[in-house]
Amino acid sequence: MNFLANLGRVVLALLTEIGSIVIFIKDALLQGLTPTIYVRQILEQMLRVGYNSLPVVGLTAFFTGGALALQIYLGGSRFNAESLVSTIVALGITRELGPVLAGLMVAGRVGASIAAELGTMRVTEQIDALTTLATNPFKYLVGPRIIAGVITLPILVGIADTIGIMGGYIVGTRSLGFNSFAYIKSTADFLQLGDVTSGLIKAAVFGFIICLMGCYHGFHSKGGAQGVGRATTNAVVSSAILILAANFVLTSLLFSE
Amino acid sequence: MDENAHIVLKDVRKAFGAKKVLNGINLSVPKGRSVVVIGGSGTGKSVMIKTILGIIRPDSGSITIGGEEVTGLRGKERDALLQRFGMLFQGAALFDSLPVWENVAFGLIQGRNTPRKDARDIAMEKLRQVGLGPEVAALYPAELSGGMQKRVGLARAIAADPEIIFFDEPTTGLDPIMADVINNLVVDCVKRLGATTISITHDMASARKIADRIAMIHKGEIIWQGPARSVDTSGNPYVDQFIHGRAEGPIQMEILKA
Repeated sequence: MNFLANLGRVVLALLTEIGSIVIFIKDALLQGLTPTIYVRQILEQMLRVGYNSLPVVGLTAFFTGGALALQIYLGGSRFNAESLVSTIVALGITRELGPVLAGLMVAGRVGASIAAELGTMRVTEQIDALTTLATNPFKYLVGPRIIAGVITLPILVGIADTIGIMGGYIVGTRSLGFNSFAYIKSTADFLQLGDVTSGLIKAAVFGFIICLMGCYHGFHSKGGAQGVGRATTNAVVSSAILILAANFVLTSLLFSE
Repeated sequence: MDENAHIVLKDVRKAFGAKKVLNGINLSVPKGRSVVVIGGSGTGKSVMIKTILGIIRPDSGSITIGGEEVTGLRGKERDALLQRFGMLFQGAALFDSLPVWENVAFGLIQGRNTPRKDARDIAMEKLRQVGLGPEVAALYPAELSGGMQKRVGLARAIAADPEIIFFDEPTTGLDPIMADVINNLVVDCVKRLGATTISITHDMASARKIADRIAMIHKGEIIWQGPARSVDTSGNPYVDQFIHGRAEGPIQMEILKA
């Protein structure tokens, strides 16, 4: 009986959590993304989510592109397919690694800071204070962050794609002996627009997930410093898992087209 | 008293899970008067104010402001209602990302679309009213002492000339002299605006100073209310125990039961 009771408790807690996330999404969409729009806040958040993430995302993409080129060369040489390096690097980065790795890095950087910031605002009653100043916290805090995430993540991923392919190019031409012109030509010949756009669509979804989870866990944090710490961890873990799950779903959808 | 009652709570109840926090609150606040609600920690004082503000929705009961039912208001109507309120929070709850003057002007700029320059002028005037000079305006809240933060919070609460102001523990965490300064400012500001106020506190010195009427809350119910001067002769054992701060009496702290 004890086992059943525990099982029931876990299931109920899970359902409660899902329910409260769904209600939060509803409020975020209906209240946060409808007028009044706080343009100043959106720009500020775009700077924070996008611009300030550039170094982290750029470095990640560069090293991943380079490592990818080495691995494919090694794997390809086992059946004389070394020439595929440029194509596979380009495809792998634009379709998969660019958006996923950028998403995960931004989740760690931005998701955590959103949750910590809003969590602190919650426990110090600053969110209630917003309400008493006739400002809807969903419009002022949540909306701008989600909009910033959805807009800037695709831009970040576009840059990450470029840098990642460049990483592969540098490794390919400097240490694997590819001809520079041939490498660029085969990348350009085989890369299709759909490869890039599918990655950018993923990026927009990931941006939504990251900022939504950051805001949700920040809004629902309670119990002082420890609660804010917990909210931060939950925001990062839940957005990382949701990004990987959404990546699979989106890949299957975009693949079947 | 009922004819010019400004804020009326009737049988307001709220439970969080199995824990009943408000157990049928009945309270009436006359227009332009100051009611101080006293009571120990965890008796539902803050929750009561948050139900009036609509931050927490009561499970049942009615709350009227100027005769208009306000429970369950949404969207634009609720925004319009909130414009009539000001609130001073216990920890001041200043926005630490904004300088002092923008904190004070926040409700004007964001809530009422006042041009920034005009809002800034109003903010400077309100800061002056709480005894803070223009040199404070550009500082950030983290650079201020607790007493100064409270004063900025007060300036923010009165910035939009609200008709109703809530004070949540205005003197908690301050030294007795700063507490008295805040009490005087509260009294001054309220007089100047002619606002209706509800304050919650467990500081009796503060309650005596700012209250026209005092109400005592215990276990989510108002167990006594009357004019401020009659608080010493209430004849109510709960009130007596509270105002004299005795550990013995009808109010048993949970720690004693365990």
